[in-house]
Parts: sequence; C-alpha cells; structure tokens
Amino acid sequence: MKLLSIETATEACSAALWLDGALTSRFEMAPREHTRLILPMMDALLAEAGVRLADLDALAFGRGPGAFTGVRIAAAVIQGAAFGADLPVVPVSTLAALAQQGLDAGATRVLAALDARMGEVYWAAFEADSEGLAVPAGPEQVVAPDAVPVPEGQGWRCVGSGWGGYEQALRTRLGGRVSDIDSSPYPAAAEVARLAVRDFAAGLAVPAEQALPVYLRDKVAEKPKT
Amino acid sequence: MRILGIETSCDETGVAVIDAEHGLLSHALYSQVALHAEYGGVVPELASRDHIRKLLPLVRQALDEADTAAPDLTGIAYTSGPGLLGALLVGAGVARSLAWAWGLPAVGVHHMEGHLLAPLLGDEPPEFPFLALLVSGGHTMLVDVQGVGRYRILGESLDDAAGEAFDKTAKLLGLGYPGGPALAALAEQGDPARFSFPRPMTDRPGLDFSFSGLKTRALTTLREARTEQDRADVARAFEEAVVDTLVIKCLRAVQETGAERLVVAGGVGANRRLRERLRAAVGAEGASVHYPPFEFCTDNGAMIALAGLMRFQAGAGEDLTIRARARWNLAQG
Ligand SMILES: Nc1ncnc2c1ncn2[C@@H]1O[C@H](COP(=O)(O)OP(=O)(O)O)[C@@H](O)[C@H]1O
Repeated sequence: MKLLSIETATEACSAALWLDGALTSRFEMAPREHTRLILPMMDALLAEAGVRLADLDALAFGRGPGAFTGVRIAAAVIQGAAFGADLPVVPVSTLAALAQQGLDAGATRVLAALDARMGEVYWAAFEADSEGLAVPAGPEQVVAPDAVPVPEGQGWRCVGSGWGGYEQALRTRLGGRVSDIDSSPYPAAAEVARLAVRDFAAGLAVPAEQALPVYLRDKVAEKPKT
Repeated sequence: MRILGIETSCDETGVAVIDAEHGLLSHALYSQVALHAEYGGVVPELASRDHIRKLLPLVRQALDEADTAAPDLTGIAYTSGPGLLGALLVGAGVARSLAWAWGLPAVGVHHMEGHLLAPLLGDEPPEFPFLALLVSGGHTMLVDVQGVGRYRILGESLDDAAGEAFDKTAKLLGLGYPGGPALAALAEQGDPARFSFPRPMTDRPGLDFSFSGLKTRALTTLREARTEQDRADVARAFEEAVVDTLVIKCLRAVQETGAERLVVAGGVGANRRLRERLRAAVGAEGASVHYPPFEFCTDNGAMIALAGLMRFQAGAGEDLTIRARARWNLAQG
C-alpha cells in the first residue's frame, strides 16, 4: 500500500508518505503559507523516496472540519492530483487525525476539539479500534463549549486547540469525565495517512470529484427578509 | 501548443481548452447567479463552496469535448486574481496541483487580462495595439494595450464600477440581481428628456470615472417617483448618464493616444445603447470598436486559456506555489 496524504485545515501544514508501513512526513506551523508549502512538501516526499505519483495506490486529505479556506485548499490540491494521476481519494476527518495523537500518547478514549471561532468548537469523541486507530464514538458537530455532549464513563483524554480557548467552559460541562488535557497538538498528515490506509482497505475511497470538504458549519449567510 | 484554462474568481466556474493552431476547442461554464440571487449579491463563502463541487466535473467535460488528454497539453493557466480570495484558491489549487501531477508548467493570469484579450477569441480579432474599455461588475478602466503584458492604465473608477452602479441603481428601482440588464430593459420605456443626470468627471481633464454619485441622484429623484413611467424615466436618465460618460472618456482616450481600435470587454459591454453610441462616436474618429463574442463578455474559462496561451508563448512558467491574490494591479504584470 502506497499513499500520500495532506492536512491543511489549521495553522499547521503537513504532508506524509506511507510506503508499505514506512511513514515519512513534513510538518510546519505556517499560518497563511499553506499555498506556498503544500505542493513542494508533496513533491519532496515523493522525490526523496524515489516514488512517482502514478506509483501510488491512493491519496488522502484531512477533509475537515477546520478553517473553511484551509480545508478547501486540501480538497482542491487533492482533487487536482487525484484527477491528474487517476487515483482514488480517502477523505479523513481532521478531528479523527487530531484524536489519533491522543490515542498514540496512551489514551483509549479521546475528546477532540478544534477552535471554530464565533464561540464554538468543532467537536467529536473517539475510541481506539483493535489496531489502536481512532474510530468515532459519536457524531462530529460544531457546538458551543457549554453545550458539548457529555460522553459516558471517565478517563477521556482531551486534545486540540479547542481546549486552549475554552478549557474552563469545557471542564465545567464535563466535570470528572476528563482525565488530562493537551491543547498543543495540531492535526497532521501522518495520522491522516495511517487512518486512510485502514479506511482504504475498508473500501472507503472515493473518486477525485468527491474529495469534498466537510464544514459542519453550514449557515454562513442570511437571506434578506423581503 | 495547447492550454487548459480555469476561471473561478467570482461566481462563475469556467474551464476551456485552447490550441495555438486550431483555436478554442471547448469551453464549459457553470454560473452561480441563481444561488446568489436569493441573497441579493454574491456571498463569498457560498461561491467558494460551489466552485469546489463544480470545477472538476467541468474540467472533465472541457477535456472530453476537446478530445484532449494530458499528453496533448502544453500547460495549465488559471485566474490568479483579482477576485474573491476563497473562490480564487479553488481554481488555483486544482489547476496548480493538476499541472504538477501531469508534469506541466502552470501560469496564474490576471482576470482583467483575460477580459481585455477576450475580443481575440472572435472571428475578426483586433490587432495590437488597441485601447481597451473594461466595464464589469467589479471594474471600470481604460487600458492602453501595446501587446501581451504591456498594459498602461489610463483611467479607472474612483468608487463604484459601472456594472456595480447599474446593479445598485436597479436595486433602488426594485429590480432583481444582477440588475444591469433589467434596468436597461426598463430604460427602454423611459423618456430621455424627463430627468437630466450629471456626467461625472467629464468637465475636467483626465480619464478616471466616478459612478457612485449617479446612484445617489437616482435615489433622490426616485423619492418623487409615483408611477411606473416615473421609474422608467429614472432608469433612462441613469443609463443615459453612464453611457454618455463612458463614451466621452473613450473618445478622449482615442484622441489622446491616437488609437485606431477600441476593445470593449466586461458585462456592461452587453448594453445596447453603449454599443450604438460608441460605434457612432469612436467611428467618427476613424477608429473601430471590437467586442468579444457574446458568450465571452462575462466571466469564462476561454479568456483565461487564451491569456495563458499567450503567456506561455512568451515563455511563462512558475514554481509550485498556488497563487491567489484578491488584489492585483494589472499594470504590475
Ligand atoms: N445590458 C446591460 N446593461 C448594463 N449593465 C449590464 C448589462 N448586462 C450586464 N450588465 C452588468 O454587467 C455586470 C456583470 O459583468 P461581468 O463582466 O460578469 O462582471 P463581474 O465579473 O465583475 O461581475 C453586472 O454588473 C451587470 O449588471
């Protein structure tokens, strides 16, 4: 299995190459630099490995939720590359990729939260499958921190920027169900690649045209009242 | 040399294939006008969301209709700006990445360069040099065009673009969006002698424009308006003023530059009264007036493919950066 992935939904810009279990990646914190960095990252990973785009089995991208423009950059770049190289695409949840970092740090259940601006967070709960990879434990949503769904049980590890801005409100809401909080991880292409390899095997790849963003926030304009 | 062109700067998704020898091979267009009409204007985020859904199917369609595959292409051109940043990024991202996947060069072209070269898509393309009047929803400018990439801006609007003024005044008249064509239709019923609106900035030298005052004038005049005829008369007075002003400035530019050809591009160029007046006035100076083929007056992929073709012929090619710029001065190349 050979797969190239990207993730650009937050200030972090990254690309990763999975070659039969070996993972190489590029990662940079680069607000507003994604358009300059992403294709050179992809190009460099392939060049270093001596692999051509056409040799790959699939492409993957963080399909959101996240910054609208960032998610769309990922979708656009992957659409172009997938169409050009005639490759299928595995869309991976940006929240799942983020949660994977919590699972990798030893947790078995993770609450992933990304700052969604406007007083809300992008939110979802994840658990580990038998391989230790993130599977959803509830729906993804955009929600105010004091209204997030309270998960069952205890020992939930919390990851993501949403925990930085709204820690107090979230703690009040979730009380003792939370174990530790780490707001420093950003979603990255390395975890997107690992989740995509699993999902590809499960038949979840789509054609290039369907490599589309998931925004969660869909009310973006008011119709004028007449 | 064969080029794929992609346009997503505003509310139109356009894709085309052009060949240096055989001309335009295909063009596909999807307009979001109906989507935005419900909101009374373009909603940038909705525009971006629609582009990312529609672009790739249009690319496939344009390539199929042109019977063209990757090995037939020389390069990919995309609109790099100016325009809505989020919308531009979709076209730029897909185009740059596709070029990378195919090992082709890419070039980001200026949206207005596309418009001012669009008349070259016609059956009798004007030769360089020419004077170009760009009149769209977002721009009003007079440009001295010596050749590809050799542009000198002689004048532009200091406030509303001509099309924007049409749209805003149409809104005041209770007409839908975009209101330019509807206003022009209403003006047909109007009496040109009833109201007289000013011709902004024509009483002093220079080639700049200002249209926002006309909209205000329409608003105050409309306060007295009672009947449908009153509204038509206001529409007519407004149209006469805009058209007259554009004609006066074009004439002045022709006289100052000695241009033998005037090219008119952008949506307002569809205005019948403007066309008639320009033909008469500019013709009297011994200059000819040229328009793009009707379908390429508004935003489209063909003009971007053409501008890209001419850029590639001049040796253009860029690195792997995805270039999108909301603002970009045409004369800075
Ligand atoms: N017959 C007409 N008379 C006046 N304005 C018109 C006419 N037809 C179209 N327009 C105006 O042209 C503009 C659209 O042109 P276009 O080149 O697509 O501009 P943009 O891409 O900047 O929106 C709109 O403002 C519209 O109202």
